[in-house]
Amino acid sequence: MLTIHPLRWGKPYKSLDTYDVIHFDTGEAIAKIGQVNGGMVQMDMRKAQNARNALRAIPTDELIKMCEKAAHLFEHETLPLGDGTQSVAEFVHHQSASTGLPEHMCRSNMKKNCFVLSNMGKILDALTRGLDLEILRRGYGEEGRNVTVSMQCQSPVLGAVLPNNSPGVHTLWLPAVPLQVGLVLKPGSQEPWTPYRMINAFIAAGIPAEAFCMYPGGHDVGGTIMSKCDKSMIFGSAQTVQQYSGNPRVQAHGPGFSKILLGDDIVDHWEDYLDLMVESVASNSGRGCINCSGIWASRHTREIAEALAARIGPIDALSPIDEKSELAAFTNPQMATGTWSMIQQDLSEAGVQDMTASYGTRLIERERCAYLRPMVVHADSPARGVAAKEYMFPFASVVKCDQKDMIKSIGQTLIGTAITADEKWIDELTNAVNIDRLNIGPVPTNRLNWLQPHEGNLIDFLFRSRAYQIAPLRAPVAAT
Amino acid sequence: MPGNSPTLPPITITDQPMTAADPKWLASDSQIAEAKKILDQHAYETVQWHFHDSTGSPFWLAKKAELKFDPLTEIKGFDDIKKFPEFEDEWLRGGPVERWIPKGLRGKPTYVFETGGTTGIPKSRVVIDDFRIDYETFSHTLPDEYFPKGANWLMLGPSGPRRLRLAVEHLCQYRGGICFCIDLDPRWVIKLIKKGWMEHLEEYKKHCIDQAITILTANHDIKCMFATPKLLESLAMGLAEKGLSIKDVGITGIFSGGTEFTPQWTRFCVEELLEGLPQESGVYMTPTYGNTLMGLACSRPITDEDDYTIAYYAPQPRAVVEIVDFDDINKVVGYGETGRVKLYTMTKEFFVPGFMERDEGERERPFQKYPWDGVSGVRPYRGFASSTTVGVY
Repeated sequence: MLTIHPLRWGKPYKSLDTYDVIHFDTGEAIAKIGQVNGGMVQMDMRKAQNARNALRAIPTDELIKMCEKAAHLFEHETLPLGDGTQSVAEFVHHQSASTGLPEHMCRSNMKKNCFVLSNMGKILDALTRGLDLEILRRGYGEEGRNVTVSMQCQSPVLGAVLPNNSPGVHTLWLPAVPLQVGLVLKPGSQEPWTPYRMINAFIAAGIPAEAFCMYPGGHDVGGTIMSKCDKSMIFGSAQTVQQYSGNPRVQAHGPGFSKILLGDDIVDHWEDYLDLMVESVASNSGRGCINCSGIWASRHTREIAEALAARIGPIDALSPIDEKSELAAFTNPQMATGTWSMIQQDLSEAGVQDMTASYGTRLIERERCAYLRPMVVHADSPARGVAAKEYMFPFASVVKCDQKDMIKSIGQTLIGTAITADEKWIDELTNAVNIDRLNIGPVPTNRLNWLQPHEGNLIDFLFRSRAYQIAPLRAPVAAT
Repeated sequence: MPGNSPTLPPITITDQPMTAADPKWLASDSQIAEAKKILDQHAYETVQWHFHDSTGSPFWLAKKAELKFDPLTEIKGFDDIKKFPEFEDEWLRGGPVERWIPKGLRGKPTYVFETGGTTGIPKSRVVIDDFRIDYETFSHTLPDEYFPKGANWLMLGPSGPRRLRLAVEHLCQYRGGICFCIDLDPRWVIKLIKKGWMEHLEEYKKHCIDQAITILTANHDIKCMFATPKLLESLAMGLAEKGLSIKDVGITGIFSGGTEFTPQWTRFCVEELLEGLPQESGVYMTPTYGNTLMGLACSRPITDEDDYTIAYYAPQPRAVVEIVDFDDINKVVGYGETGRVKLYTMTKEFFVPGFMERDEGERERPFQKYPWDGVSGVRPYRGFASSTTVGVY
């Protein structure tokens, strides 16, 4: 069995405290992971500037090439891991075994991460709006038009408290490396695989190991990362997002409440968009913040819900190695039963109907895990509680709502796909501040264009535009 | 006679490695037998004292009437102590506390120390000299090289009606120094945690550390200190922010306790906060385990070769630690096996014939310097762990 060590500025630390990562179904230990405590993080953060210095010593274009190499290594090669190695097949198996995600979904998340890494040059070009990246490294430069521009890096490192359940989110911190900002990561206890493999791929590609810290540990570790890194990101619940709301040091990522809005101009042709709805709700087992949790329309909502239920209601729990498996396990069965209880409350409200009720039992309890099969719920009004719910499995409410009331009723929405050609409504949607990523037209909510910023532009988070004036010195006075 | 201060040998840090694979540190059979003989005699005398009508406390004399045996004739050694029913710490709540004072000690100046008390009536223990005896005994285990006689001390721990605050001050005075203290109210800390006021908690911690740093940097020539693990870590961090270390401010000896130690935390403390084992850093830290009921258990010297195992040994014969089966509290588990910590206190002032602590751990073999059972891996008992607020200051 592998033993995986914390990394302290690239150096493995053999901790006396370890925990076992467990196979969700068999209970078998997959790996031992060493743990650190918050005090260690605090001690290490005194040397954070060294991480940025090491990265700044490498030109940005070289770092981008190294990212491309790391992408290849991550996707195709056996890499070091702890006291052993990990092949691609082992990575997929390990990740599936601890997170409950089917193996083919693990492979798909792997590709997503690789896409971002191998297209890092284009992504940075898009996020900086074409700024010469040397300006970020040097701190100032000539933008063109004889204008001096200065971008001040706000933190030598980016801290990140990573989630357990969604291997796709790692794309968000990857661009820090070519931006010459070190990484201080707390991996999720069930999903250490992607961050470890990614860091090992970076190191194997030539990026200095001292740019990276990997801190498996308890809550005190997460808290210390958040308090000691000048910039950090955290993945958590709606409460977590609320807790850090307005905190300029923290980018908090939580539930997305992503939605599909069908305009009055196209809603009579809703069948044309059924595939899009199925993909948006059920891809990646509905786990992501980018999965659709609400489909809103002014009419045909019952037919839409019935048709969607007919497509995803029959999806059943299969073996994680089955290529047809579309459902991830809840590795903590209490989370599934707790979710099920909350849904029962949602369904008890008048005007709410479970459209998947006829497709068999939804809650499947196993010895060590549980599954929730996909659910589609119809709500006859935005006032129903279920209209504002998001759960960690393929779950969508189809909500009847007049178009004129939709924007104000949908609440905070990470990804809004509005299928319409109504120019006036498009203008209102464009100006709505409760929608983050806006898709106009038939774009599934889960299909992200990585050339666009996600929940805030990482450049704006890590750098600050500031004044930088330069005047030539007088001619030096000759020494006497 | 109970009450006398047994002299324990000082621990030296140049002892042979104490890895499990190297048994040289184990006590010999004759050492173990001698210690057991002393314990048996001490147990007999303690029971005679507490249950004799002329010397016993009102509490134990009243309890005697409820017993199905006569302690004065049937308790001949330590093993017979198990005939007593389990000591219930609830008996310690409320007054009159005079019921605990043995008649033989009546009239002597008496302290009352409290434990718990965040809400409701705290548990109280009356003390006359025990805290002094316990800490004098402990003093003899401290290496003078790192805890120099005459050195001044800092008490970085709870203040208020606590045994620890006076005990540390006495330890310092016994060694010829003057003890500096801070204000720290652990009951308020627990309230902050229960209310979820974490920002206030951080500020309160900072307030305590600021007091400590002020004392340490005010030219008081402080070389030794008591600190709980959490406060020791916070102190090191607070000093680091000023570009200083514990070593830089002149500390050479640290006596730590009050909350849970793990080997990994101890390693972090030694390697990173104290900048190495004593031979390299010049700073010695000794973990201890204890409470108001029992007193103070010392640890074996901590070494990297022993993976920073923390093994505690009670100050026998005044107190005894046993590791007992979770389901049968009169059955001691095998060496290396896990069980619940059971404490006995047998002094002239206080008699606890078996109290089930809120901790569990592994039974450790007798050590040459403490030739009786010890306990390692002490952590909150699994049956209570989820409902207990531990390590609060």
